[in-house]
Parts: sequence; structure tokens; C-alpha cells
Amino acid sequence: MHVPDGMINLPVSAAAGVVAAGAVAASLRGARRELGSGPLAEGHGAERTAPLAGLVAAFIFAVQMLNFPVAAGTSGHLLGGALAAILVGPYTGVLCIAVVLLMQGILFADGGLTALGVNITVMGVVTVIVSYGIFRGLLRVLPRKRRSVTVSAFVAALVSVPAAAAAFTLLYAIGGTTDIPIGKVLTAMVGVHVLIGIGEAAITALTVGAVIAVRPDLVHGARGLAAPLKLRVDGELVDAPAPAAGPAVPVAARSPRGLLAAGLGTALLLAGVVSFYASANPDGLEKVAADKGIDKEVEEHAAADSPLADYGVKDISNARLSGGLAGMIGVGATVVVGSGIFYVVHRRRTTNAPGSSGPSASASASAEQA
Amino acid sequence: MNTQPPPSLEVRGLAYAYPDGHQALFGVDLTVGRGERVALLGPNGAGKTTLVLHLNGIHTAGAGSVTVAGLPVAKRNLAEIRRRVGIVFQDPDDQLFMPTVREDVAFGPATSGLRGAELEARVVAALTQVGMAEYADRPPHHLSFGQRRRVAVATVLAMEPEILVLDEPSSNLDPASRRELADILRALDVTVLMVTHDLPYALELCPRAVILSEGVIAADGPTRKLLGDAELMGAHRLELPFGFDPTSVASR
Amino acid sequence: MGAGHAHKLYRHGHSPVHALPPHCKLAAVLCFVLVVVSTPREAVWAFGLYAVLLAGVAALARVPAGFLLRRMLIEVPFVAFAVLMPFVVPGDQVQFLGLSLSVPGLWGAWNVLAKGTLGVAASVLLASTTELRALLLGLQRLKLPPMLVQIASFMIRYGDVITDELRRMSIARRSRGFEARGVRHWGVLGKSAGALFIRSYERGERVHLAMMSRGYTGTMPVIDEMTASRAQWTSAAALPLSALAVCLLGWTLL
Repeated sequence: MHVPDGMINLPVSAAAGVVAAGAVAASLRGARRELGSGPLAEGHGAERTAPLAGLVAAFIFAVQMLNFPVAAGTSGHLLGGALAAILVGPYTGVLCIAVVLLMQGILFADGGLTALGVNITVMGVVTVIVSYGIFRGLLRVLPRKRRSVTVSAFVAALVSVPAAAAAFTLLYAIGGTTDIPIGKVLTAMVGVHVLIGIGEAAITALTVGAVIAVRPDLVHGARGLAAPLKLRVDGELVDAPAPAAGPAVPVAARSPRGLLAAGLGTALLLAGVVSFYASANPDGLEKVAADKGIDKEVEEHAAADSPLADYGVKDISNARLSGGLAGMIGVGATVVVGSGIFYVVHRRRTTNAPGSSGPSASASASAEQA
Repeated sequence: MNTQPPPSLEVRGLAYAYPDGHQALFGVDLTVGRGERVALLGPNGAGKTTLVLHLNGIHTAGAGSVTVAGLPVAKRNLAEIRRRVGIVFQDPDDQLFMPTVREDVAFGPATSGLRGAELEARVVAALTQVGMAEYADRPPHHLSFGQRRRVAVATVLAMEPEILVLDEPSSNLDPASRRELADILRALDVTVLMVTHDLPYALELCPRAVILSEGVIAADGPTRKLLGDAELMGAHRLELPFGFDPTSVASR
Repeated sequence: MGAGHAHKLYRHGHSPVHALPPHCKLAAVLCFVLVVVSTPREAVWAFGLYAVLLAGVAALARVPAGFLLRRMLIEVPFVAFAVLMPFVVPGDQVQFLGLSLSVPGLWGAWNVLAKGTLGVAASVLLASTTELRALLLGLQRLKLPPMLVQIASFMIRYGDVITDELRRMSIARRSRGFEARGVRHWGVLGKSAGALFIRSYERGERVHLAMMSRGYTGTMPVIDEMTASRAQWTSAAALPLSALAVCLLGWTLL
């Protein structure tokens, strides 16, 4: 999905660049808090940002090389936006994806330099905000169990991919250099990306599930589920921040529950429809394979050489335009995306009110229930 | 022991519990004189790493005190303490985080404000001490494991520390690299505290050893004597390699 | 797409292009791409001239054409996208080899192909004549937030280390007879990814400890000061300036 130079006109690219720069600037500040507010990082937020975000960026970079076979020799790989947001938090997630994209653009010419803002906005900011919003929202609605975390991760990742496609289509509608009927583009983009999203969702959920089984404290989006204190052999000193007097969940925060339930319902229905489609039409999964993994040989040569020296062509032609998919899918996905964005905005407003930091407030709130 | 004041390292009644309540140290007392080479032995989970992280103020003592060359480890002294205490971590990849060997070795001194020719001289001196001067412009991940360990030692030497703390220095080294590192360490004119499971290495390099077990110093004495005390060793889950007899090894 | 990619990003050399300070080169490439993107698509000859300019730089840098072209395979995805355009864009149709193609679609495809390809070629030239580390320093000189540069340099430093871990895990899986074949094996791969994350994060924490142990307080010390002379800036500016001339000519001749 890396947008090349010349696909989106300059004014819109510049505007997207401003959005991306703003998001990165906000994330630089926010990441400091995220990485500093962990269960064992008292006061080291600023110093921890570079090494931790750098390592997570390297992880995202590497995991994009981990190949997931789909069927008969085809395979896909992870895009990682939702995964990063859930594992390390939205701010750090945006930072990591932005750095990965920056490096891919400069080192591998993957994604145009003038389109860097577009790429960061679409693949970093939109995926992270949408997936994290949905993830947190679902966690609040679902019972407090580990399974809920994986389910939420699944849905969040599932929606984040078509959301990015929809965002790209929007940018293309405003600043595309060629007039393609936008309705057609949207349908095709979102439709194809729902299918891609299934792969992304399954892998994200499995990965989050694997992390939460071993180190639940590392899953930023689910800190509330872990015991508040953790032994860490090589961690640093924390003054046991007892779950003292966490601000009670604001009443307002509960209100989007109905909305979220509706969103969840839609997403599940969507997943059902799509999987029906996929099983009824064997081409479906193959299309995912073609879109997500032209790189069936990447595994071999990634194993043969260092990733920096050797970079496979990935996620080919996500923009492949084929009208075969039902418009309903597109519409459904956009509804979910819309409600996700609404929820994030809403939540930001409500959690910023109690003070210090959003994640820890909700973490301590949930610790009370646990 | 306490011949010349002040000692490089003085730990008094150090106790520490992790935030979850798990207590790792139960009153450690340890004095290391200037220029001494001391081996810190102990089974897994004895609190060795916890103790090491107190020495440069990454952990803050729950009770008791740590003093480095007369300067207490406390928040206001942290910058100076971290210059004086050089820790070489077990995995050199963790320690070598800069893009080239030269920049990595320069990192510590540059953080404390050194610039230009003085900085360069410091880097060259440190790399020469570990025999890695000609690798200055290489990226660390292109070096062999033994070379990376040596560069890790250089990164710390460049800060001209009062005391060098090594966490498992011989782990993962082939015999030749192991011996080369031993030669380097022996040639250094600096206080050394060496955390290790490698008992022959401890005997080879450190005249004195202490055993940390269950959060306290359980024994303190000449390395050869401790290693020869089968009962003491067994009580603290320390085992000599098959066929190794500390009493028969000539001291260096 | 297999073995063709097995090569280094950077080609060592001593050409005048290699010798330019990285921030000059970065700025030059960025300006060049900006100029290319703002050229009207109808000025077909202008894109030809841009290609000649880049070929000139490549010759000066002694980067062989084969190397350049192989690296440019990265653009295959959007070539596929461009190829579809003449078929889906509505508008006047032309018949070509029995196919009905739309004229605006053809222009659109040309636009993306020409501009995208030139952008890719310029970036590839930059990366093959500038060392990784120098690129990072150049970004810092161009006032990218230092924290971002730090994150990027950690990513570069540990990219290899982490991919190595990934490879070892893959070897360990295969040594125990596991071969990922289909969707039902995703669980195992997901666990690998999870384990990889934990290792990466924990390494990040250890790196942080190691940094603090050497006095790190959040800012990187300046070790290599980089400066560019006026002459260096001028020679770096040659590429975007001549491109700008072509672009302006393109607009006036339209």
C-alpha cells in the first residue's frame, strides 16, 4: 500500500504531510508518557523512548518479513499498525510505524518521498487510531478475560486495514491525479482490504495472545488485566504504585457502550459475510494471498540475507481494482470505521479529563474490578 | 583488606525488595579495596544482578548504603556515580547500541561532556587497551562475539571508571577469546568486580571471591580456599567443572 | 523476485557523489522529486530529460545500470496499479491492439509511472551512494526531531539482530519438523511473533539500562559534527536546479 510519488497531487500530499508531522509531534510527547507510565518505568519515560520505540520499530520491520502461508504456496505478512498500537500503545505505535515508513522510503525507495506524509497518515495514524479505539472500546464492553483481549485485537486489526484503505480513497478523492470514479475505488479498495484485514486480524490476535500468555504486563492495551505489580529481573525500581484511589470510571465513559455493541455486531456480521464469501468463492483467499503476499519467496531469501541488505517486494497492488465484491461490505466497513473514529475522539475527551494519563487511569479502574 | 582509604566500593547493610514484595537482598555487606579483583559467585536467583544494578544507582537501596570511592550512590550524584562505575553487561549486543564501534566507545565520555581531540584520544586509548583499535569504524554487528565483548569492555574503560563490574564476562566465548579477555582484564589497572558462574575463570583472575546466596554474602575469602571447600560450595549450589581441582592449579 | 534482491543497499565508492555530505544529498533528492511531481504530465519530453539527468548522476557515481534497475523492482506493485488504470477510468476510448483503452486512464497511468519511477530511481541512487549511518546524520542535520533520528538509528542497529532471532526461531521450528503450510499453522507463527516481540521489548529495556549506565539522560551526545561547504551545496543543488529549469520549460511550452 506504499503510495508512490505522483499518485496524489502536491497540495494534498503537503496537507497529509502536515497531518503526519502533527501526529508524530504529538506522539513524541505521548510516547514519553506511555513508555514512562508502564508498571516498571517510573520517571524514565523520556530516556526510554528511543531504545524501546527503536526496538519495537525494528520488531515491526522484522515481523513484516515473517511469512504466513495462506494456501498452496502463497503467503502473506503482517502490516503491523494494529499490532503496534495494542502492544505498545497508540503514541508509540504511530512513532514506530512512522519511523519504519521513513526508513523504507529513504533506504528502499518503498513509498515516494513526497508521499511520505500520505503514507504515514494512512498506514500509521489511521490504522493506529482506529484499531486502538476499537480495541479499548471492546475491552470495556467485553468480560475481563484474556480471551476478550484476543477477540478485541482481532476485531481492531480487522477493521484497521479497510479503514486505512478508506482513508487512502478519501485522499485520492481529494487529490488523486487521475479521476477514477470514487465509488468504484472505495468499493474495491475497502472490499479487498476487508479480506486482507482477516489475515491481519488473525495474526495480530494470535501474536497478542502469545504475548499476553507470557508477559501480560507488556501488552499496553490490556494493562488493566495484569496484576498491578510484576517482578522483573532486569527491570528498574518502581515505588510500588498501589492501585490507590484510581479515579472511578467516569459515567460518561460508559455511554458509548451501545454504540460499540452495534459496531461490534457490524464487524462480526461483516466477518461472517466475508468468510462466507471466502468459502463460497475459493478465489477469495487466493486474492488475499495475491494482495498480501506476492512475496512467497521472501521467506527463503530473508533467511539468506540480512533484511537491510535485502528487501522483498511486498503487498503488491492492494489497490487492485476489481468490482467483484459486494458494495455492502464496503458500506459496512465504513460504518464500523466511522464509529471507531467517533469512539476514539469521544474517549480522548473523557479520559483526558481525569488527568495524568489515560492508560493508567483505566488500568487502575479495571484493577479495582479485577 | 581496608588498606588504602577510601575503598573503591563499600556496600553496607543493603536490602532491597522488588515492588511486588519479592525481596532479593537481605543486608549485603561488601568492601572492595582499590585495585582489587573480586569474583562475585552465587547460584541463579541469588540476587547478583540485583546487587550489580545497585552499584550505579539503577536500583535505589531500600535499606543500607552503597558508596563508590567515598561518594554515596544517591540521586544527586548519579551522573558521577555512573562515570565511576562501569558495568559490562552480559549480552554485548545490548551494550553496543551505536552504529559504529567508535561512536559507541565515545558515547559515555561524550555524554559527560568530552569533545574533539580529547574525546578521540580517549576512544583510541580504550580501544587499544582491548586490542580493537583497528575496528573503530566497523558496525558492531559485523564483529565476532568475542570482539563485541571486548568492545563492550572498551566502552566502559573509555569512561575511566573507578571500578569495572563485569556480568558473566566469559559466557559464550570460545577458549581463545576467553583467554584473550583474561589477558586484557589482568593488564588493566582498575578495580574489578566480576559476577560469574565460571569458577575456573574466577580462580584465574580474582585472588578474592565472595559468595552471594539468598540475598546475603555467605562467604568471603581467597578464591582458592572457597573453591576448595566442597561443603561450602555444595551448600550454595556451586559446582566445579568435572576434573577441575582448584588446589592443584598454579596461581598466576 | 527471489535472488535478485540479494544485494547490499550501499555501494562503496569514492565518486564525487559519494563524497557529498549526506544532508546535501537528501535535500537535493527531495527537491528533485518535488520538481518532478509538479511537472505537467503532458510534457512527456521533460520526464525524458529527468531520466537523462538521473542517468548522468548514476554515471558520475559509477552505479551500474543493472544494479539500479534491480533495486527499482520495488515499484512493481504500483506498475500493476498503473496498468489497470486505462481499463477502469471512464472517458474517451481509443482502440489499441484490439483493446479499448481510456485516454484519461492512459494519461493517469503515464503520470504515476513516470513520476513514481523517477522518484524511486532518485531514492535508490541516494541510498546506494550514502552509508546508512550518514543518512541518519543527514536527517539530523536537516532538523528532523532528534528523538525520531534516535529511534531510527536504534531500528537500524537492531534490525539485523532481531531478524537474526527470527531466523533462528524459524530454523528451530523446522529442525523439529514443523513446516508452515497453511492457515492452520498460523497459531505457531503467531506465537513466534509474540515471542519475538517479548525478546525485542526486553532487549530494549536492557539497552536502556546499558545507556543509563553510561550516563544517558535522554539526549544523544554530538560525536560527529558535519558541515557542508558552499561548493558542496552548489554541486548537490545542480540536480534539482537543472530539473527545475526543465520543469519551468515544461510549463511554458505547454
